[in-house]
Formats: sequence, C-alpha cells, structure tokens
Amino acid sequence: MRPVEIKKGIYWVGAVDWDIRTFHGNTYSTKRGTTYNSYLIIDDKVTLVDGVLASFAGEQIERIREIVPVEKIDYIIVNHIEPDHSGALPGLMKLCPKAKLFGTAKSKEGLSRMYGTDWGLQVVKTGEKLNIGKRNLTFIEAPMIHWPDSMFTYCAEEELLLPNDAFGQHYATSERFDDGTDQCALMDEAGKYYANILWPLGGMIARKIDEILKMNISIKMIAPSHGIIWRRDPMKIINSYISWTKNETKPKAVVIFETMWGSTEMMARKITEGLTDGGVEVKLFDITRSDRTEVNNQMLDARCFVFGSSTHDNGMLSTLAGFLEFLNGLKPKGRIGAAFGSCGWAGGAIPAIEQVLKEAGIELALPSISVKYVPDQDELKKCYEMGVELAKKITGKA
Amino acid sequence: MDKYRCTVCGYIYDPALGDPTASIAAGTPFDKLPATWVCPECGAPKEMFEKV
Repeated sequence: MRPVEIKKGIYWVGAVDWDIRTFHGNTYSTKRGTTYNSYLIIDDKVTLVDGVLASFAGEQIERIREIVPVEKIDYIIVNHIEPDHSGALPGLMKLCPKAKLFGTAKSKEGLSRMYGTDWGLQVVKTGEKLNIGKRNLTFIEAPMIHWPDSMFTYCAEEELLLPNDAFGQHYATSERFDDGTDQCALMDEAGKYYANILWPLGGMIARKIDEILKMNISIKMIAPSHGIIWRRDPMKIINSYISWTKNETKPKAVVIFETMWGSTEMMARKITEGLTDGGVEVKLFDITRSDRTEVNNQMLDARCFVFGSSTHDNGMLSTLAGFLEFLNGLKPKGRIGAAFGSCGWAGGAIPAIEQVLKEAGIELALPSISVKYVPDQDELKKCYEMGVELAKKITGKA
Repeated sequence: MDKYRCTVCGYIYDPALGDPTASIAAGTPFDKLPATWVCPECGAPKEMFEKV
C-alpha cells in the first residue's frame, strides 16, 4: 500500500495491522484489527507526527521513503509515548539521528524510562507553536487522554487536528477516511474504543473538548493515531464524545451472569424477558463465554446493569468477579443496578455483587433476588417481575 | 491534615509531604494549594480530587 495524501503535502505513512486480535496484553479484543497512523508533513522542515508499533517499523520507513529520504526528517512530534506509537522510534532515530523531537514533559520522562534515552526531546506546552515553513503546528497538552504524556497537535493552515488516540478506533481497513467506510462498523469501533479505554477519563475529556471548542479553531479534519480519519463530518465524533463524557444513556439494560448448574441462568433469562416486555432494549451475556470488550461497549449507553452469580466458596464466581473489577475501574456514572443469584446454603454472591455496585456508585434499584438450589415457578415469576419493575425505573415510569 | 486522592489517576496528595515537583512545601494543607495546582502524576485539576 502506498502512502495516502490526506491533505496537499501531508501523507499517511502508518501501517495496517489486520491480524491483531488482542491489544495491550489481554485487555482489549481487536477483532477488526487496528491501524497505527503516522503522518508526514512536507514543508521547509520535514515533520513526522505520531509513530507505529515496533514490528511495523519497516512498513513506516518504506512509506516515508516513497515521499522523502528518511534522513531528511527534521522534526518528530511525539503526541504519545505508548509502544504502539513509539515502538518504531529507536530504529527510526538511527536513520535520522539529527531529527528534533517535541513532546510534553511527561513524554520526555516516559521515553527515558522506556528506551533509556529521550533523544533530547524538547518539551512543549499548550499554546506553543512550531513553525515548519508555510505551516505552524500548535501543541495542546491533553493529559489522561489517555496517558499523562498525551498531547494533540493542531495545524491551523490545514484546519487539521492530530489528536493521537482520542477519536480513534481499532479498525483495520483499506480505506483511510470516514466517507469510504461502513458507518455502523466505524461508530461501533469508535464507541468500543471510548468504552474500553476512555470511559473513566470522561471528566478530563469533557474539559479538553470544552477548552478546544472555546479556542474557536476551525477543524475540518481529525486524523487520529488508530483507524479511520474523520473528514466528512469531524463534529460527529466530537459530539459523540461529548455525549459519552456526559454518561448519556438510553432505555437499555445489560444483564450479565455466571452460572454453575443453570439456576442463575434461568433467573437471568426471566429477568431479561421481564425487561423486554417492559419495553426496554436488553442485552444478555453469559460472562464466561462473552468478550469483555464487547460487553463494555454494550454497557456504554445502557441505563441499567443487572448482575447475577451462583454462590461459590461463599462469594461470587470468579469470571464475574474479574469482570466487575474491570467495570469498577471504568467508573460508570448515572446508572442503576440490580443483583440476583442462586445458592445451596448460606449464599454470599449477592452481598459481594452489591458491595461492588456500591463501590462503583451504582444505585441498587430493587431488592436483590436470591434462590436456593433451583428457582421454582413463584421465584421465576419474581425474576420476571424484577425485569418489568426495572424497565419502569429505566423508562422513568416507576 | 487530610489526604486527598486524584479521582483520575489515584495519586494521593499527602500534606505532610507537599509536592516538591510544584514547589509546594511540606505541611501545606490541600485547601491551601493554589487553584492552578494540578495532579503531579496526571495533570488533573484540583477539583477532581476527593478526600481520602
């Protein structure tokens, strides 16, 4: 694949990773693959913004060489130091050792820790400008969107925002732009990225978007470091982010359970039926057989979370416990919750789930339902009614 | 004196230690930190801290 000219004199020189299926360890399933976007600006000073994963260094260098000899790179903008963007940097710096790096103070510190050198990176702050010839690059520090070192780069002459991971998606495609791709898949991946990476950082993101909107700068194109470039309607993704940072939800519930001998599953299905008949959208997941990344994505716009587990060793089952640990870190706000489960003797799963909900700030909307061994018809009816009652609370009719 | 936790990254401001990276002297209570002070780890503003 040749470099793609995204604006006159500005080229995508990144890489498409079609095969990656789990991202940073096992925290994110990337079933549609991803891309590592890197942008080369040809001006008086040849400038590279963002980088690629180490294993794609060769592809990036090959693409740069189609435009300009690598040795000609004058400036490298390090918007973010995470290895999927900085991994190829050590090799690249051997080819253009005189290139000057720019990044935040945290970026300088982080590069030293990761590679034993910061290559003399010059620290920049919000509002500082770098003239590269006909163009000026303005830096906007964006701490915790999504690491402390994160930074956006803006080019006023091109009305182009290069926000690194913000507004990105793990989505491998042969197309580079939003107008050339499947919109449903694009927004699904954009939401999944937010739900799994940015959700707990909503407060910082809301402030940053507000700050950028108040700067009154024109943004005609947003070129993130992963996935598709937004050029048809850049405000679409900004507005989606604003909605997500506000924790806006719809009448929707997600029921998540883990079962040993099927009793908790029977309860989960009855609650789901009640929610459905109560008129809300529902998603049901057996957490042991579900993809956590997808479940989080479904929870992003859901108003109600319902969790169920059999009792095992006086507590909840371990796959659900692991999922709830991850959920707690996402800090969802403005949700209601409910708990259910079966047990043989004293129980323990329900208090454990209730405790997690409390710590996560999720209000328990109804008393939990616990059954012994196998739910009878009356108990299944209670589960169904729980679903109907939750639907009323979700839709505000309770 | 109360400690405060950054709700974004988990850093804890301990008044007994202050924040040497921002020239905040040891013994400075959280409410005496300047409004412009930010979390030394992640840059979160003061209002995103909560009492431990």
